Amino acid sequence: MQATAKAPRRIKEKQDNTDHSVHRVTPYIVIGITILIIITILFIFPLYWIITGSFKTQQAVNSAVPVWFPTGDTVTLRNYTELFSRPALTWLLNTVVICAAAMGLTCISASMAGYALAKKRFAGRGLLFSIFVCAMALPKQVILIPLLKEMAFLNLHNTLWAVILPTVGWPFGVFLMKQFSESIPGSLLEAARIDGAGEARTFIEIVIPLIKPGIGALAIFTFITAWNDYFLQLIMLNDTRILTISLGIAKLQTELSTDFGLIMAGAALGSIPIIIIFLIFQKFFTRGITMGAVKG
Amino acid sequence: MTVLSSRRMISPAMKRARRRENISAYIFMAPSLLFFLGFVIFPMGMCLVTSFFNYTMTDFSFIGLKNYVEMFQDAIFGKALVNTIVIVVVSVPVTCLFSLWVASLIYKMRNFSTSFFRCVFYLPVVTGSVAVTVVWKWIFNNYYGVLNYLCRSLGLISRNINWLGNAQYALACIITILLTTSVGQPIVLYVSALSNVDHSLIEAASVDGATNTQVFWKIKWPQIMPTTLYILVITTINSFQCFALIQLLTSGGPNNSTQTIMYYIYYNAFKLSRYGYGSAMGIILAVIIALFSALQFKLAKTDNG
Repeated sequence: MQATAKAPRRIKEKQDNTDHSVHRVTPYIVIGITILIIITILFIFPLYWIITGSFKTQQAVNSAVPVWFPTGDTVTLRNYTELFSRPALTWLLNTVVICAAAMGLTCISASMAGYALAKKRFAGRGLLFSIFVCAMALPKQVILIPLLKEMAFLNLHNTLWAVILPTVGWPFGVFLMKQFSESIPGSLLEAARIDGAGEARTFIEIVIPLIKPGIGALAIFTFITAWNDYFLQLIMLNDTRILTISLGIAKLQTELSTDFGLIMAGAALGSIPIIIIFLIFQKFFTRGITMGAVKG
Repeated sequence: MTVLSSRRMISPAMKRARRRENISAYIFMAPSLLFFLGFVIFPMGMCLVTSFFNYTMTDFSFIGLKNYVEMFQDAIFGKALVNTIVIVVVSVPVTCLFSLWVASLIYKMRNFSTSFFRCVFYLPVVTGSVAVTVVWKWIFNNYYGVLNYLCRSLGLISRNINWLGNAQYALACIITILLTTSVGQPIVLYVSALSNVDHSLIEAASVDGATNTQVFWKIKWPQIMPTTLYILVITTINSFQCFALIQLLTSGGPNNSTQTIMYYIYYNAFKLSRYGYGSAMGIILAVIIALFSALQFKLAKTDNG
C-alpha cells in the first residue's frame, strides 16, 4: 500500500489500458464521451462567465439577452478600477498571508508528528492516532462557536492568527504525513542512529528528503483549503480592514446585489490566482488527495 | 561500563531506551498536539459543555437538557433537518455514481486527457465556494440570468422564473450547485483506484469471455470498494455542512425552504447570539454525521461479504 511501490505499476497498467481502448471503440464509449464533453462545458461555464462578466459594461451585464462575449462597446475596465478603489489588494494580501502561514506551520508540525506516529513506538501512540482519525470525521464547523470565544479570550479575534491557528490544528495533515512516513525504510533510521546522528539530525537529513513529495502535497493542499475556508474567515474576521478576498467578494455581493460586473471582477481576483497555483502544482495535489484516502 | 551493565541487567537499559524513545516521540508530536488539542479538541469539549447552558450575550447559566428539548420542539429546526437530509440523500448517491461514471470513462485515456478532465471537474472546488456562488446567483437571476434566457429560447418556460426566490425550485438549485462543487475529489480518487485494479484478473476474465459489465461488477467494483466507502463518508460530511451556498444565495429562504442545520446553527449562534442553543444543535449534527458514517461502513461491510 505504499506510494513508491504503486507508482511504477500504475504507469505500466495505464499503457496496457490505453491499448485496449484503442482497439474497442464501442457506441457506448462514443455516446459517453459526447455527454462528458457537454458536461465539461457546463463545468467550465461558471468560470468563463466570471472572467468575461468582469469585463462587461453594466448595460451588457444587465441585459435580458446575454452578451456571450464582451466586444466593442460592451467591454470595459470599469469593474476593475472600481474594485481596486476598494481595499481589494489588502484582502488579497491578507489571504496570501493566511495561506502561507497555515501552510508553513502545518507542514512543519504535521511532518514531525506523522514521522513519530509512523516510525516510533511510544506509549499512547495507538490512542493518539485513533483520536486524530476520529476528529477528522467530525464537522469542523461545529466547533466554531467555542473557537470564537477562545480567540476572543486570547485577544486574537479579528487578527489573521484566528484563522491560521485552527487551520493548522486540523488533523488531516498529520494523517497524510503518517501515510507518507510509513515508507521510510527502518534500516536507514537504524544506520543513522549507529552513526551517532541525533534525533534532530536524523529527521532533517534523512526523513525530510524522503517525505518531500508528501510535504509538497500537504503544502498545496493546505494552501488551497485555507484560501477557500470561507466559514472560518466569516466568523473570525469582521473588521473591514482585515477581510480576506472571499469575505471581500461576499461583502461586495451584499452591498451591491446586482452590480454583477463588479462582483465578477472580485470573483476573478479571488479565484484566478488560486486556479493558477492549482494548475502548476496539480500533480502534487492529486497525490495528496489520493494518499489521504488510502485506508482510514 | 555501560555495555557491561546493559548486558547484565537488560531490563533497566531497555527501560531507559524505551523512555528515551517515548520522550523523543512526544517532542516530535508536541507542536502538532499543541495545535490539535488547543484548537480542535478543547473547543469540541467546550461545545459539549456550553450545549447545557443558556449562553447568550448577557447570560451564562446551567439549564441541563433544555436546549435539546427546545430543539425538538423548534419547527424551523425540524424543517432544517429535513432539508439537510434531502440534500444528503440526493447529493451523496448522485455524486458517487456520477464520479464513478466520469472516472471509468477517463481513466483509460492518455495522461493528458485524464489530467484535463480531472482538472475541469476539480475547477469549481478550487475556484472557491464564494466565487462559484456569486456567479451562480447571477446565472439564476430572475431578470439578467442566463438560465432564464436559455430556458425561454428552448421553449421550456414561457415566463422568467425567480429560481432562488421560489420555494419550489430553490432547494433544487442549491443541490445542483453543491453537486458541481463536490464531484472533483471523488473523480480524482476513483481514477486512481480504477488504475490500480489488478489487471491480470481483468485479462483472465476477458479470456474466459466475461462481458464488460460482468468485469466491472465482479472484479473492479469489489476492488474499489474502500475508495467508494471513503467517498461516501467525505461526501456525506460535506453535504451535511453545506453552508456558504445557503448563506450567500438564499439565507435559508424563501420561507425556510432552503434552511439547513448548518445555516440555522450559524443564524442562532452568530446572528442571535444564542451560543448555547447553537452548540446543542452542533452536537446533534455531529452525532447524526457519525451515525450516517457508521451506517455506511456497516452497509459496505455486508455488501462486501
